[in-house]
Amino acid sequence: MAQPKYFEELLEIVKPYLPGDVDEATIRPESRFIDDLNINSSHLVDIVLDVEDRYDIRLEDTEMEEMRSVADAIHLVRTKVNPSQNQG
Amino acid sequence: MTRRVVITGMGICAPNATGLDAFEQAMFEGVSGIRRVPLLQELGFRCQVAGAPEVSEATLNTYFTKLEQKSLNCSGLIYGTLAGIQAWKDAGLELENGTDPDWDTGIIFGTSVLGVDKFRESILRVDAGQVRRLGSTSVPQTMASGISAFLGGKLGCGNQVSTNSAACSTGTEAILLAYERIKSGRAVRMLAGSCSDSGPYIWGGFDAMRVVPSQFNDTPESASRPMSASAAGFVPSSGAGALLLETLDSALERKAPIYAEVLGGTVNCGGQRNGGSMTASNSAAVRKCIRGALLDAGVRPESVDVINGHLTATAGDPAEIRNWSEALGRKGADFPYINSFKDVLGHGLAASGSMECVAAVLQFRNNRLIGNRNSNDLHPEIEALIGRDRVPAKNTSYNFNILAKASLGFGDVNACVIFKRFNP
Repeated sequence: MAQPKYFEELLEIVKPYLPGDVDEATIRPESRFIDDLNINSSHLVDIVLDVEDRYDIRLEDTEMEEMRSVADAIHLVRTKVNPSQNQG
Repeated sequence: MTRRVVITGMGICAPNATGLDAFEQAMFEGVSGIRRVPLLQELGFRCQVAGAPEVSEATLNTYFTKLEQKSLNCSGLIYGTLAGIQAWKDAGLELENGTDPDWDTGIIFGTSVLGVDKFRESILRVDAGQVRRLGSTSVPQTMASGISAFLGGKLGCGNQVSTNSAACSTGTEAILLAYERIKSGRAVRMLAGSCSDSGPYIWGGFDAMRVVPSQFNDTPESASRPMSASAAGFVPSSGAGALLLETLDSALERKAPIYAEVLGGTVNCGGQRNGGSMTASNSAAVRKCIRGALLDAGVRPESVDVINGHLTATAGDPAEIRNWSEALGRKGADFPYINSFKDVLGHGLAASGSMECVAAVLQFRNNRLIGNRNSNDLHPEIEALIGRDRVPAKNTSYNFNILAKASLGFGDVNACVIFKRFNP
């Protein structure tokens, strides 16, 4: 099961973008980037680029729009990194 | 009863020092910020010496969060932020993170172009078909107002937050715009300043115009020679200066330290007529600007004690001295003391006016004038007009009251501000 690994890795990517008043310990897979973590919407663009660099993948515009929570990002990464497991 | 405007804080990021105390020491010790830049040699520049502040990793960490440093590729923004926040703190103002902006406080922080290195990075990506890879940092680092916008967010300013641009008169113009806004009752406090990027993409155009010296590449510290017979062009430089202006009432209420009073000033343009051009000054306009500044400040020409000129170390220096002399109606031993700080700072372009105003104002509390380090071979026309002793080569003790500062820029634009020793 790859999910914990991806969660930890995404956490590292997201952490620098957290506003000062959001504790990284409160981040859960279901946390939404903008609504729950209070991340500046323009920074989501940078998070997407960091995710692309980290996994050597490319996220299309429609996929970016669907990436609202950490879990959404994990799902996208898993599908892209290992297409054969995309039902997981 | 009109409002009086005073300076209560200053900040500086200059080629010879960063931070007010270090800068004060460097200026009075004549420490040059002009160095040989190997990159300029590699790129085949005629002038391979220049001025650029040295900003340490530790300093960056003090002023920018890790996230702000990520993808940060904009030297002017770094210099301006350092100077701006220093001036703010120096004035005893807090870096609060409250919910409401400070509606009474604004920012005028000028520049010519901001973030040329970031712009280059972005252009290369766009040309490679990678526009999506620009991320969110390209615009805030390449818009001219990126510096005032960044400071506005850091400081929570809710009054006018804007960037002016008037070539090499930008910094002095920023101080006057801030002064006018306070004077007219539209703001209580204004952070005024300017910054200029460093590097070959900023300096290249001047190299191509051959307005910079090429014969001092092995002797950088003697390259910038304002008022000298051997002046061969201005040495390109960079940095930022900032001054916190506020009403006297507010300063007294806050018990803030007061460096000097801003009595007034003016800006104008020679219209690129009567000898004026994109690059040269219309002398009549320069004289009109100086006289206009004195009129606005309510100061008689004979009361000016000290001048800090624009004086870039080009063939224009004798003409500038002549303009000061005619505008004030004073010459020889009757002429005020005059200095130029471009000998050690180089020509900071958009940053020059603000960096030089910080240094000029520091002379009040020292009761000393900063000497003209590279003026030993004074230009004969200048010597004939005002005499050697009006251009002190060494620091000179002087308990003076009125200081006039001018900055002139491409486009035939002029700015002149009058400072006075603070006297309640």
